Amino acid sequence: MIYGYYPGCSLEGASRPYDRSLRFVMTALGHELKELRDWNCCGATMYMSVKETVALSLSARNLALAERNGNTLVTPCSACYTMLLKTQRCMKELPGLRRQVDEALAEAGLSYRLGVQVRHPLDVIVNDIGVEAVARKAKRRLEGLRIAPYYGCQIVRPGPAFDDPDWPTSMDDLFGALGAECVYYPDRVRCCGGMLMTTDPKVGEELTQNVLDCAIRNGAQVVATTCPLCQMNLETLQARAHAREGAIPVVFFTQLLGLALGASGTEMDLHHSLVPLGARLEELAGAPS
Amino acid sequence: MKPGELSRGESELRAAFLAEVERIPGGDRLRRCIQCGTCSGSCPVSREMDVQPRQLVGYFRAGDLETILRSRTIWLCVSCYACTTRCPAGIKVTDLIYALKRMALDRRVQARDLPIYVLSEEFVRVVGRYGRNHELRLLARYLLRTDPWRLLAMVPLGWKLLLARRLQWRARRVEDLAGLRRIIARAERMEEIYVREATRFEGTVGYGALSERAVAARGAA
Repeated sequence: MIYGYYPGCSLEGASRPYDRSLRFVMTALGHELKELRDWNCCGATMYMSVKETVALSLSARNLALAERNGNTLVTPCSACYTMLLKTQRCMKELPGLRRQVDEALAEAGLSYRLGVQVRHPLDVIVNDIGVEAVARKAKRRLEGLRIAPYYGCQIVRPGPAFDDPDWPTSMDDLFGALGAECVYYPDRVRCCGGMLMTTDPKVGEELTQNVLDCAIRNGAQVVATTCPLCQMNLETLQARAHAREGAIPVVFFTQLLGLALGASGTEMDLHHSLVPLGARLEELAGAPS
Repeated sequence: MKPGELSRGESELRAAFLAEVERIPGGDRLRRCIQCGTCSGSCPVSREMDVQPRQLVGYFRAGDLETILRSRTIWLCVSCYACTTRCPAGIKVTDLIYALKRMALDRRVQARDLPIYVLSEEFVRVVGRYGRNHELRLLARYLLRTDPWRLLAMVPLGWKLLLARRLQWRARRVEDLAGLRRIIARAERMEEIYVREATRFEGTVGYGALSERAVAARGAA
């Protein structure tokens, strides 16, 4: 199947490994991602804090563009995912607001008829393709790898989401079927601090550290994330602290999935981790080439 | 002033807030709050807050929005939606806080050099210029305005990201940037009109006005 693809700004920047690994994974699973032409920023949490109508109009432009070719839009970034869903819901439930957004869109000759379904790749992989199908296509088992699946906030909340808001399991099912061990740790949906890392570092760093400590204490060897900002916060805090003991690599779930589907560590950009990979993951990733 | 009556300033704030509440799907559930505190208990940053999430509704009900707008609370909210999914009354706490953020900025209740405001302002500027966010530019401009020394401290990290080919040096522009800017300009004008009109309202303490307004809004839509 061909899915419309909205990468979002982060995937052109620090989260390029997410983009590359996701494309690989979808191809390996026999599906295609078709990047939305001329997409723009979703507005993220920042725009929503300043100007609501503009924030919704920005997201609506992407939805309007997506509607022209197909009805599914896959977006890997949690903030984009939430913003696009929120725009969809506001336009559906509030006719007054929808009129305003439509008026704004008309300025660029666009209109949106609420015909797009916004999906997260984890949802597509687990619920459309299916865990068993992924396991059948796997070229390598992830045995001996202890993963802390980190769901963060904005893919399971505010909902209605494809997984439980307090105790999601889709990544656990996925990696479990591939032979990895997913560790129990309560902070899997606790906030990483988000933008506080920038606007209030003291509080932000504490939140990030809590998540890391919780994963490490429960025996994880690697954290698997679904969100560019979570990945950035969790990884760079460790990269800044000088050789903190027990540092743990933080990668996108698609990077691990790619390994299982036959990609090399280099193809999955694993050697670009700012934190040492650890024995088992290094073994799976192989030597850099 | 009689008991239960609001001061002029507070009445205006209340009008603006209620107008914002109307723009949240299911926003009028606000009046179903039972003050259980599940929101405060679920919030990962509530211990840093001067006004707890539960108290936000309490202050609103008591007719004191000004205290909320001056609080550190609304700027600490990280939009993790834990309160929203757990609220037994279905109140969209996170969305209410977004509305309060916008009100505090519109009314200049807080200083303009508040970090989150500077970041939002720079974000808006970068998106207006390219149509997409550019991490490097956003962070550099933000730190230059708030804490230049921290920018210097970020250089080693930036270098590591550059070596890992994870630093986007040049921003990518949206092709139809002119069209996008027209959308933004139009939406901005509508937002301004909306904010201005929202201040005309005679309200009282309590929830009464909320349901009346919500009903009126439904009819108008």
